[in-house]
Amino acid sequence: MTLGSVPPKFKVSIDRDQCMDCGRCIENCSYGVYRREGDKILIESRKCTGCLRCVAMCPRDAITLTEKPIDYRSHPLWTREVREDIIKQARSGKIILSGMGNARDLPVIYDRLLLDACQVTNPSIDPLREPMELRTYIGKKPSKLNFRKTESGDVELETKLAPNLKLNTPIMIGHMSFGAISLNAQLSMAKAVTELGTYMGTGEGGLHRDLYPYQDHMIVQVASGRFGVNIDYLERGAAIEIKIGQGAKPGIGGHLPGEKVNEEVSRTRMIPVGSDAISPAPHHDIYSIEDLVQLIRSLKEATEWKKPVFVKIAAVHNVAPIAAGIARSSADAVVIDGFRGGTGAAPKVFRDNVGIPIEVAIASVDQKLREQGVRNEISIIASGGIRSSADLAKSIALGADAVNIGTAALVALGCRVCGNCYRNLCPWGIATQRPELVSRLDPERGAVQVSNLIRGWTMELSELMGAAGINSIESLRGNRDRLRGYMLDEGMLKILDVLPAGA
Amino acid sequence: MKTVKIDAKGMHYTPLNQKIRAAIKDGAEEIILDNVLGQRFIGDGLRGNVRIIVNGVPGGDLGIFMSGPTCIVHGDAEHAPGNTMDKGMLVIHGSAGDAVAHSMRGGKVFIKNNIGYRGGIHMKQYDVEARPILVVGGTAHSFLGEYMAGGLVLVLGIGEDKAMTDRGIGSGIHGGEIIIRGEVDDFLLGVGAKKFKFTESDLERIAPTIKNFCEQFGYDPADFLDTNYTRIGPASSRPFASKYVWE
Repeated sequence: MTLGSVPPKFKVSIDRDQCMDCGRCIENCSYGVYRREGDKILIESRKCTGCLRCVAMCPRDAITLTEKPIDYRSHPLWTREVREDIIKQARSGKIILSGMGNARDLPVIYDRLLLDACQVTNPSIDPLREPMELRTYIGKKPSKLNFRKTESGDVELETKLAPNLKLNTPIMIGHMSFGAISLNAQLSMAKAVTELGTYMGTGEGGLHRDLYPYQDHMIVQVASGRFGVNIDYLERGAAIEIKIGQGAKPGIGGHLPGEKVNEEVSRTRMIPVGSDAISPAPHHDIYSIEDLVQLIRSLKEATEWKKPVFVKIAAVHNVAPIAAGIARSSADAVVIDGFRGGTGAAPKVFRDNVGIPIEVAIASVDQKLREQGVRNEISIIASGGIRSSADLAKSIALGADAVNIGTAALVALGCRVCGNCYRNLCPWGIATQRPELVSRLDPERGAVQVSNLIRGWTMELSELMGAAGINSIESLRGNRDRLRGYMLDEGMLKILDVLPAGA
Repeated sequence: MKTVKIDAKGMHYTPLNQKIRAAIKDGAEEIILDNVLGQRFIGDGLRGNVRIIVNGVPGGDLGIFMSGPTCIVHGDAEHAPGNTMDKGMLVIHGSAGDAVAHSMRGGKVFIKNNIGYRGGIHMKQYDVEARPILVVGGTAHSFLGEYMAGGLVLVLGIGEDKAMTDRGIGSGIHGGEIIIRGEVDDFLLGVGAKKFKFTESDLERIAPTIKNFCEQFGYDPADFLDTNYTRIGPASSRPFASKYVWE
């Protein structure tokens, strides 16, 4: 091969004085970095993905894993990554596939937004002794309530209320399908959301029967491929989400490689074993907002108007007018997924270059819906790179009703964001269908970890709200006055509708 | 047989569907809908063995998410009849619009005349019983059987010089088969679709479907029981397996 090989990304080494030769590194590394030869453990650093499973499982802390310093002549434009991508494509002539979210070093707007806190004149609230209202209802709200007096003199509500989801915390777990992730990963999250009184998405991979006990806390997804969708599936979900777009890969569809389609995935998705699960970008029965209305209403008719229907779109340049259309389409919530959103597999060029930040998308959608007087008619759920309770609080202050987390929940399960989800080799038992790897993830322990994370964030949100003198999530929603921009340009501040720090 | 008649004249689809559900709940085995004119979602998500006779032209998504009933339409149908249907049968004594049998996973859709674009798109199959069948008596427009992952699409071309003259047949197909009466020009095939010889054993396999279709519309099956067909299937069950390289 005239192009030769590229230098390894990671350098793995074993402190031979510490190593007791137990071989756990060999057992744990599904990528084949370690092997035994005679009485020695040999290392092939080139195969390392940086998943850190070996480091975590070494009983003697004998393993060191470092990002290998650059071996190329340094150049600000022709970076190592750029050159290696070109080499890969020169070799293969193929599309570069990637996992997880956008990996480019772009500024994070959340980090340039600062939350407010009360001082003297408007005292802060102590969540330890004051009730904090975090309960959130997702779904359509009436623009006004009508009452009537009965003959006996009682007052009765005349307005028919649309079905809403009741969330004890404004944090849900976004859609990660069975197939893309393991059943144990889904079970961990399902147990957690059920315990906490919130919800998670099934993704577009159907609902595995082992998740039926948690169905009241699962939002079933309908994507263009309609995997696993039948009347039983629709009736089981607490709500239904139509997936139009995804932040990690706006404008393109999903594609689960055949390697991951085993018997269970096949049965759940209702597709043949071993065949690719192709879910193209467009729903082939949706070519307009009117067609979207038709699918929403068909889902509502099928479930006798008992379930809210959400529409998920990727954050793109014209996200606000699209959301305004969706608000008028009978949808109960719009889910906006920003360009930091994670994925099991996406072409790298899409993951890193297509879409817009979730922060600006939330603000512009909220603004547009308010301008048009329809903000109350639909809930906004934001997702795509929510890393902390601060990101959550800022999302709500920008206009979201609730957020979906994805990667954060996986990190709580052990994920080290190595980005190799599409290889079916996830050593943490998350993004894999290999039984020997899936069994590494204990759903009981996983559930504790995920619920701990959400519980911790929820408490932090209460504290942040209390500090800002707010005791109800309703008062934080869209409250840009509780935000200030720092190191953001005037144009960005205008779109976010946020004042600069000091103003 | 308990039969219920519903006059759909001027009725919105939601009350109409509610009436149908109520009739089924009351034990109706046959429901006759008169004066249907554009009402959508008839049969949406219905289960069981009920027989629904539609007199008129139903709107979009007839039989969507349906799992069991038989629906016979005396007229044309709008787009996507059989959308994501699981079980049951739709018989349309006329033509239908685009995306007929979209993502259908079981049951049968029989169309006497023609269908629009993207017929049979995403049709899929995951075991022997869940095998969807779409039969078109006339012709279909472009992208027939696109992204198909299982099942059978049969186009008979009755009254046409050639059963198919539109392009994109089976683009992205990775399962199932599209069988078209007569010869199909190579340039009509979509990416990933491949022509196969239609054999006697293929005929044996589809003969019950042909007979079943002919029964519905009063055709003589003998006119179709020969090997003058073209069979189109996937070039691979992994059409995009070689498209990517790892990061």
